Amino acid sequence: MSIPVSAEGWRKELPASVTRLGWILLIAGVAIAALGYIVDARRMAFDNVIGYLFLASVAAGSVFLVALEYIGGAVWSVPTRRVNEFLGGLVLLLPLIALPMFFHLHDVYHWTHEEVVAADKLLAGKSPYLDVNFFVLRFVLIFIIWSLFHFLFTRNSTKQDTTKDPKLTTINIRLAAVFMPVFAISLTLTAVDWAMSLEPHWSSTIFGVYYFSGTVLAALSAATYIIIKLHESGYLPKLQRDSFYSLGALMFAFINFWAYIAFSQFLLIWYADLPEETVWFMSRWKNGWEYVSILLIVVHFAIPYFALLTQDSKMDLKRLKLMAIWILFAHLLDLYWLVMPTYSESVSFSWTEFAFPILLVGLVMVVLSFKMRRNNLVPVGDPKLTRGLSFRL
Amino acid sequence: MKEKQQFSLTALFDTPDEIIRAAHETRSAGYTRYDVHTPYPVHGMDKAMGLRQSRLGIFVLIFGLFGAVSSVLFMTWVTLVDYPLVIGGKPFWSWPAFVPVAFEITVLMASVLLVVTMIVLYFKFPNISHPLHDTPYMKRISSDKFGISIQVDDPKFNEREVREFLYKIGGKEITPVYFDLEDLDHGQTMFDPKFLGVLALTAILVSGATYAVFNQLMFMEPFSWMSTQAKQKAQRPSDLFKDGIGMRPPVEGTVARGFLPYLFKGKPDEAGKNLVNPLFATKEVIERGKATYLTYCSPCHGNFARGDSRLRGQFPNPPTLHSDKVRNWPDGSIYHVITEGQNVMPAYASQISRDDRWAIIHYLRVLQRAHNAKESDLK
Repeated sequence: MSIPVSAEGWRKELPASVTRLGWILLIAGVAIAALGYIVDARRMAFDNVIGYLFLASVAAGSVFLVALEYIGGAVWSVPTRRVNEFLGGLVLLLPLIALPMFFHLHDVYHWTHEEVVAADKLLAGKSPYLDVNFFVLRFVLIFIIWSLFHFLFTRNSTKQDTTKDPKLTTINIRLAAVFMPVFAISLTLTAVDWAMSLEPHWSSTIFGVYYFSGTVLAALSAATYIIIKLHESGYLPKLQRDSFYSLGALMFAFINFWAYIAFSQFLLIWYADLPEETVWFMSRWKNGWEYVSILLIVVHFAIPYFALLTQDSKMDLKRLKLMAIWILFAHLLDLYWLVMPTYSESVSFSWTEFAFPILLVGLVMVVLSFKMRRNNLVPVGDPKLTRGLSFRL
Repeated sequence: MKEKQQFSLTALFDTPDEIIRAAHETRSAGYTRYDVHTPYPVHGMDKAMGLRQSRLGIFVLIFGLFGAVSSVLFMTWVTLVDYPLVIGGKPFWSWPAFVPVAFEITVLMASVLLVVTMIVLYFKFPNISHPLHDTPYMKRISSDKFGISIQVDDPKFNEREVREFLYKIGGKEITPVYFDLEDLDHGQTMFDPKFLGVLALTAILVSGATYAVFNQLMFMEPFSWMSTQAKQKAQRPSDLFKDGIGMRPPVEGTVARGFLPYLFKGKPDEAGKNLVNPLFATKEVIERGKATYLTYCSPCHGNFARGDSRLRGQFPNPPTLHSDKVRNWPDGSIYHVITEGQNVMPAYASQISRDDRWAIIHYLRVLQRAHNAKESDLK
């Protein structure tokens, strides 16, 4: 194994073609989104909610994974932590994705219509929370919290590249301990604000956890795909199969966790059988949505479960890469299933759905090449790096 | 007693890195019958020892599937065949409710049976001891050292060479380990009567103690939904009253519903004068009177009240009820006789309700009329 000696040795730029492709995709995505807003603003606004939640998943989930490594004292993920840190940088771009939404809140969120709220006792009771100003305030606060922690984690981590000071790791561990509960609350609020309030009469206390399970899965899959890509093209030092096994095992665990939470939510609502709760599942079990629901179970649980069940499959880079893309798609489908039944009673699909995925893929590529130009791809100063490179199960 | 028999030659190492290197060297040197012992799982040991992937995975899959399938089949049988019960208005076969149970049983079966499989496969079950158990070597391993043990049954084993080899790769405290002489003498100790006896005794003591503690000393009712209620039960004492008696006599003059006291006790003439049949002779009343008459009266008085008892002399025959005397009695007098009895006839107040008594009287009048029918009745 080669252990990096100099700090400069691990600063490698992505080829210009990748950056160019990233810009092309980003601009194409923005163009499609803009066209969508001109043609059918209401539909595009719903797609915007999906796009925002997807980016929030990858971005905040990556910050969470960085914190998880510190607080758990993980060794295996140290050589690849920078990928998570780079993806965590996406939190700074969240307002850009959310911005068009704020001009179309009326199209998406029922509770923003004052005359409706006034006539509806239940919504009137919820109005102190479901209030446009408070909604924006929460968004800003959550954005500040995520950005702050991302900034602190990465600043200490990058500083360590040159100072090699193990104390910076200790500081980050403490920061991670503070971040964990803050993250739990902020992610729950994000899920409640953006997805659950689409149907303001309905509520589910497990909803935040449900979104969290998808969040971690998405962030993990994005990181896994990028790590394997970089590893295959020689950007990363030689990693042991065991590191990839760990990535695969974590992915497998969160696939099960998602299924567990999704089913728990369903079971409790099905068992209690209260009309005000079942309505949410009922609207996802008619007019074609039932096929999307079944598809979601197959795509988000059954197929990845069997694809990653055996020990060998978690070390098979080709399969891991495929499953990483697969799960990112599954998370997109999950968000589509969460958001779109509010838009239309019967299942509908339109070209506008492509805008944000294309935009976000481009965005990730651009951000990645930007970050790789400025940062080491390996945290060369981390005291756990040597052990991480020779990690074995 | 057999000769002292060697099991293996052991050596201790200080760090996980050393033991991984030692395992690698031992494997490279061509030894096959050896094992490595560490106080905690050391990463990378499988590869250093060249171990194949564990066989246990496939067992977990089989046991897990067994648990899932058997629990679902069981719940299906219970809810569809053995005891169909409507719960919360849901269909009998409500699969979502099965999922948590099936999940738990799957995990339970997979884990418990896996432990059993591991004991059978790797610890060669009927054996309950291993030569390395209870040796100074193992005592060090279980605290702070890492060790390697090359067995005598290795085809390449040669006491002097192995000793030199272990020394060369950095092993310390190189010591031979011998079989336990007792184990060699007894063979498989699992079926030793002493061992089985202790096992049985332990089982009895543990279960007995558990029973005594949880079912006798500190018994707690798991659910006392309706079995215990704060109410006074019949025939039970009560602290509420001075005399400690829970059952209270009714207040003076209280009358139970449907049990008005009979006002003409011992006064047949007054009863005849004052009582009037409260029922009308409708078809229903007469039918009821007939049924009651046939049940209570006919054994002695006969089916048609002729005094032709069906008791064949076991009880004195009553006179016929078609006599002029009875026919001219007012209803009240007959009622009095049924209520209080007469001569050898006992009182029927406790057997026949008031209304039934009046119904019987209506039926008796029918019988009397039929017995002494007039010309005009035929028209």
